[in-house]
Amino acid sequence: MSDLIVTTNNLSKSFGDVQAVRGVTFGIRRGEIFSLLGPNGAGKTTTISMLSCLIEPTSGDALVDGHSIRGAPQAVKEVIGVVPQEVALYQSLSAHENLLFWGQMYGMNGNILRQRIAEVLQTVGLADRAKDRIETYSGGMKRRINIAVGLLHRPRLVFMDEPTVGIDPQSRRNILDTVKTLNEQGMTVLYTTHYMEEAQELSDRIGIIDHGELIALGTQEELSQLVGQEDVVELRITEMQVTPALLQALEQASGVRQVNAGDGAVSLIVEDGHAALPELIATSNRHEARVTGVSVREPNLEAVFLHLTGRALRD
Amino acid sequence: MKKALLIGLKDLIIVARDRTALLLMLAAPFALALGLGLVTGRFSGASETPIEEIPVVIVDQDGQQLSQALVEVFNSADVATLLDPAAESDPAAARAAVDDERAAAAVIIPPGFTDSIIPREDGVPGPVVPIEIYADPARKISSSVVQAVVQQFLARVESGVVAGQVAVSQLLEHNLITPEQAVTVGQNVGLDAAQSNESLVNLATETLSGEDEAREFDVMAILAPGFAVFFLMFTVTNGGRSLLDERTDWTLQRLLTTPTSMTAVLSGKVIGIFLAGFAQMVILILGTTLLFGLYWGDLRAVIALIAATVLGATGWGMLLAALARTPNQVNSIGTALMILFGILGGSFAPSANFPAALQSLRLITPNAWALDGLAVLALGGTMVDVGQTMLALLLMALLLGGVAVFILRHKQVFF
Repeated sequence: MSDLIVTTNNLSKSFGDVQAVRGVTFGIRRGEIFSLLGPNGAGKTTTISMLSCLIEPTSGDALVDGHSIRGAPQAVKEVIGVVPQEVALYQSLSAHENLLFWGQMYGMNGNILRQRIAEVLQTVGLADRAKDRIETYSGGMKRRINIAVGLLHRPRLVFMDEPTVGIDPQSRRNILDTVKTLNEQGMTVLYTTHYMEEAQELSDRIGIIDHGELIALGTQEELSQLVGQEDVVELRITEMQVTPALLQALEQASGVRQVNAGDGAVSLIVEDGHAALPELIATSNRHEARVTGVSVREPNLEAVFLHLTGRALRD
Repeated sequence: MKKALLIGLKDLIIVARDRTALLLMLAAPFALALGLGLVTGRFSGASETPIEEIPVVIVDQDGQQLSQALVEVFNSADVATLLDPAAESDPAAARAAVDDERAAAAVIIPPGFTDSIIPREDGVPGPVVPIEIYADPARKISSSVVQAVVQQFLARVESGVVAGQVAVSQLLEHNLITPEQAVTVGQNVGLDAAQSNESLVNLATETLSGEDEAREFDVMAILAPGFAVFFLMFTVTNGGRSLLDERTDWTLQRLLTTPTSMTAVLSGKVIGIFLAGFAQMVILILGTTLLFGLYWGDLRAVIALIAATVLGATGWGMLLAALARTPNQVNSIGTALMILFGILGGSFAPSANFPAALQSLRLITPNAWALDGLAVLALGGTMVDVGQTMLALLLMALLLGGVAVFILRHKQVFF
């Protein structure tokens, strides 16, 4: 059996003139958590949609557990579980009724299905709310049942498309812990997110995707080395005070490799963050930009993204 | 097939839990039929009476041979089951009886009626005085019957006058009577003709099933099926919209990431729409039968016709879903179609008086076929009598459904 449960080969998808995914090639090892990290609109959902045989690639192909997504889509669907970004549940049905229906769509029935429903409800911590209609659930609870549906038929591989969007921190914590537990039990996970922290916490390997292209792939250490030993300095400055002249002046400060403004802050990749800080603040003062907060971080995925694209991950 | 059935049942459960949908599917047609039944007097007994024992008031202000002959016609045994005459001396009171809906019509024979037809001693008839028929406009059929009786009588009188004239001229020519006797002879011939025992009215009732008694006319028999089929279009529109709702909610996409084929998904949608529509119609039929005492016809034939109707309507629902881009579009177009089909199909008013072009156009609606077929069954028809109707509805379902499936399978439905 191949070590790789997923291999994509130059996978591309166009919608009219828009190239949503361009020549994406990567592999996912059995038993790992692989994250696709990128901002909104980067092509993460389109990539997952192709791998789950929801849409046909414009070009390229992929193998999922040895089955081609073009040639054997039904076989692919048998082995994967999908947790879409949307809460894809029937709101007027109860959690139990939803799980019953979806399990039947996976070809399960009888006692096996009923038993499995009980197990997944335990896994996501909602066994006591099984008979309640989904429309009565909080957002976090809905997302947990959304995940439960994807696990019903014990898939070897589960695709999770931004499963924590728009939920409270406690529910997010619960979901992340669930993902780790599933992985410890042997499940391979393809996890997409635009939250760097999630990718850092969960992933064995990370693929960074932007504008439909896979721009970097590796472990966190491997990716961090792309930016070397540089630090990320973040200056919190009111947006109105961030002028082109200020940005130019900061670029010219010693040790500064890259400057980016957005989201109420100016992010700089700097050789030595602590050493450069006094000059950076002074430059800001000279340009009448009041610095309300400062942070110096060691290289992380945010820095990697910034280094590779010139933009912050959350732009 | 099993997955398609499961999808259809899931949709039926969802519809059953949608209060707004249930209101429009069940409560609205009942309420409308009930309301219009009240307006038309269906429940007060003041509405159109059956064609028997029609109450009619006779006022004989003439009191002579011909007026008395007419009164005798109304009181004769031949029309005893058809008419229920009452004598009245005051024309105003007679008209009041009609206004108060105690009588369907008043026949007022003015003074001088007999003299206007039969010549007097001097051989000259009096001035023309018409018989007044004061009728209730809401009782068109009953008043038409009364009018027909009077007209038949007058036709007989006229033929009697002619017969009298011919007889007198012949007798005079052959010198069998004298000119002085001619007036009397002519009067007698005419009177004999007017007072003939031959029945003026032949009432024959035919039923499709050969039953001896025809069913009474019931305004609910038009209203209830009309509204039931009208609101069926809402159900199938709702069902068609659910496909686009599932796309918006991503349950459609999720379905297609399971080992479930597009064919099963679409078949499931059709099954769901059919089950909801069929259940709706069955409930409405049962409800109107129990609440309004409505007779729909031979049960097996009604069920079969309803099933065919729902299938035909389902075809339209699926076509809507295939052509529309958003759930709101389905709603807008579906509402417009629902109203148009209701008008064309005869859900609001009988289509018998439509111009020829519309008579053809209405056949694109499931309403037209269904209501025509239900009328046949309500009048005693059998499955054979509505076979062609059912075939037409099934063809409608196949054609529209086939086009819809073709469009949906080739459409990028996901993004």
